[in-house]
Amino acid sequence: MDGTNISTLYQEFKERVIAANTVGQPLVIQGGRTKGFYGRHCEGEILDTRSCSGIISYEPTELVITARAGTSLAEVEKTLASYGQMLAFEPPYFGKDATLGGIVACGLSGPRRPYVGSVRDFILGVKCLTGRGEILTFGGQVMKNVAGYDVSRLMTGAHGTLGVLLEISIKVLPAPEYEVSLTRSKDFSSALHDMNTWAGRSLALSAACYDGQHLNIRLSGKRSAVHAAMKQLNMDEHPEGLRYWQDLCEQQLVFFKNNNKALWRISVPPATPVLDLPGEWFIDWGGAQRWLKSSESTERIRHVSEQAGGHATLFRGGDRNGEIFHPLSPGIKVLHTRLKKAFDPEFILNRGRMYREF
Amino acid sequence: MPSSIDRLYEFLPAGAIIADAESLQVYECDALSAYRELPRCVVLPDSIKQVQEIMRFCHAEKIPVVARGAGTGLSGGALPVTNGVILSLAKFDRILEIDPYQRIARVQPGVRNLSVSEAVAPYDLFYAPDPSSQIACTIGGNVAENSGGVHCLKYGLTVHNIAALKIVTIEGELLDIGSHALDAPGYDLLALMTGSEGMLAVIVEITLKLLPKPVHNQILLAAYDSVEKAGNGVAAIIAAGIIPAGLEMMDNAGIRAVEAYVNAGYPVEAAAILLCEIDGVPEEVNVESHKVQQILLHSGATNVRMAKNSAEGEKFWAGRKAAFPAVGRIAADYYCMDGTIPRKHIAEVLRRISDLSRQFGLGVVNVFHAGDGNLHPLILYDVSVPGELKKAEDFGGKILEVCVQFGGTITGEHGVGIEKINQMCIQFNPEELLQFHAIKHAFDTDHLLNPGKAVPTLKRCAEFGAMHVHAGQLPFPELERF
Repeated sequence: MDGTNISTLYQEFKERVIAANTVGQPLVIQGGRTKGFYGRHCEGEILDTRSCSGIISYEPTELVITARAGTSLAEVEKTLASYGQMLAFEPPYFGKDATLGGIVACGLSGPRRPYVGSVRDFILGVKCLTGRGEILTFGGQVMKNVAGYDVSRLMTGAHGTLGVLLEISIKVLPAPEYEVSLTRSKDFSSALHDMNTWAGRSLALSAACYDGQHLNIRLSGKRSAVHAAMKQLNMDEHPEGLRYWQDLCEQQLVFFKNNNKALWRISVPPATPVLDLPGEWFIDWGGAQRWLKSSESTERIRHVSEQAGGHATLFRGGDRNGEIFHPLSPGIKVLHTRLKKAFDPEFILNRGRMYREF
Repeated sequence: MPSSIDRLYEFLPAGAIIADAESLQVYECDALSAYRELPRCVVLPDSIKQVQEIMRFCHAEKIPVVARGAGTGLSGGALPVTNGVILSLAKFDRILEIDPYQRIARVQPGVRNLSVSEAVAPYDLFYAPDPSSQIACTIGGNVAENSGGVHCLKYGLTVHNIAALKIVTIEGELLDIGSHALDAPGYDLLALMTGSEGMLAVIVEITLKLLPKPVHNQILLAAYDSVEKAGNGVAAIIAAGIIPAGLEMMDNAGIRAVEAYVNAGYPVEAAAILLCEIDGVPEEVNVESHKVQQILLHSGATNVRMAKNSAEGEKFWAGRKAAFPAVGRIAADYYCMDGTIPRKHIAEVLRRISDLSRQFGLGVVNVFHAGDGNLHPLILYDVSVPGELKKAEDFGGKILEVCVQFGGTITGEHGVGIEKINQMCIQFNPEELLQFHAIKHAFDTDHLLNPGKAVPTLKRCAEFGAMHVHAGQLPFPELERF
């Protein structure tokens, strides 16, 4: 898209937000519609971001890509791959039409997350359209930048409730030279022990999960480092190889399929022992992200997660008009509402998507 | 002293309050000593409850509060506010918990940065951010400034290496932010707090992430006959898919100053040198460092030396770490800048800096965290020459403007504080600055927390500031500065 067209588009977006403010009409920001299942159900006029697309700049030697929010995630990853680089947080697509803006707004990261960082760790800057109809730029294209508050990261995972993402700059990393997928049969406690112990050693670990029977890990890095780690770990090659991690990331493993119960995502400190909740479990992120298929009550799931020092998200299924994300403590909730008002005083953008109150 | 301050004695022990003029002078500035201001008093609480009481009191009485750690900051972030209270976190100096199994440490804000890595070393873990003042600077200050260091290209900044915070709001409320899990529900307040320069809340506890200590490393020293080629060397390493643990550059003026000072074995005739650290398991370090050697030679290095042993590696690093004091020896005063630029523009930006140097008639030495594009030009001047201080400040401001012009930023790791408040007006437009004020307002409606720092009012957008070093003496002369 050329400069004239894009400024016309930004102007259109801006006018829509300003108009929505005058009549109090909520807007629902939508990209490739692959993550509509996530978050609370919210209503309003659709603001389609897909026309806001295209890679603006990519300098492999600077380790930075800047693209418009509606750019297809596949295009971004393909471009990076052609220079041997990657989005290191391993974004889940949940459908081929996933956009860069969608993954940043939802704040989702894949199996590599505990070892290299989450999507927010790689965000360097954003251009966004606030709920007041102002187009603002925060952060930048450089690795180190402490000028002003970190609005770029605040926007990451905010589900579009603070602003419409227009352009995003992300730090990228070289793709690993070599990767291998390993497996070994284990019980839960020894799998949890291994995952936590190994994460504290230089073992080129890039993913670790427990499927109820097997501890599965992925090693990534320089060939020499991966080989050195393999010697120490003495595990078998995973029959599905690297494909397994892609299926885990995209929730295409058997565990995630044909599920008629609610799917909960429980985020806890990585060495948390078995949680006393009925249902089927799948442990990812070296113990820190636990998937639970269960019909147990929301209250109890939230209570047990909180007791363990974590929180629970109703990831798929269940009542999408209810509370999807873990309730905030009263003091934190006040800050959220004030921040929402600071960016979107009339609560125009994705109203109710994260929490009922805003 | 107004009577309202006396009421602090109602809930604080007498030893926790400093109010006599002589003792207050210790707190009149941080490491940006060109700016001084006496606070109304200093309070040194030793419990979270006391911090809450102080905050409630100041909130009720509308008294400004400036939080302070070790006072090693270079941008005047801890400069007192007239009639305000300095809230020193010096007594919060305990490591509360080390959990090597889950790789976290819970610490109080007054804990010194280096002491964390020392405490967790027995578990073969380390805390990655390593600002050059790490022997003295505190974790609370690091979070407030989002401090970096020489290893952040590979291991990240403070924002990447903390898991949770306990904060006290200006209303005196104690809140938990973040989690010992890998994420927390709601907005990323942990990121918002990091680097917020004491403007949003006071940090009273921090949970740090610990990383496995690399088992081996190798240091390479490459000499170049032009800055441009050295810049190409940096790009070539990255293009080859290698992320070094450290990647530093120094120009000829820097090399000469350092060599005269510490004899690090640097080639004094080189236009620039690159210092590259590769870490990992021994097999990996061996393969990668030879690869880097070839890449550097191919990029036009006239000479590449690989440290023969750890002693030589340390010697190579010692030169880089001695750059600031070395410069202090060759000039009466120097003024340290902190811009970041996309690396590809390094040669052009250094050319501009050299043009400005001629234009202002002041010398400049360039040291550079080349891996992540963070420049530290050191402007040489003499405060005893009338007008030179002002000239150095103007020169520094111009350098930051050049950084912004080339797509960079006015501060990579030292913070805005009071120093770069004017340049904030160049980097951000009025709407963006107003958005920052709206964020502050969400936390601090009465603007009592560190007022006047970090984000300029639109009215203020015309004033200047600076870090100045007199007679080679930085405040904290014993600290390394790189």
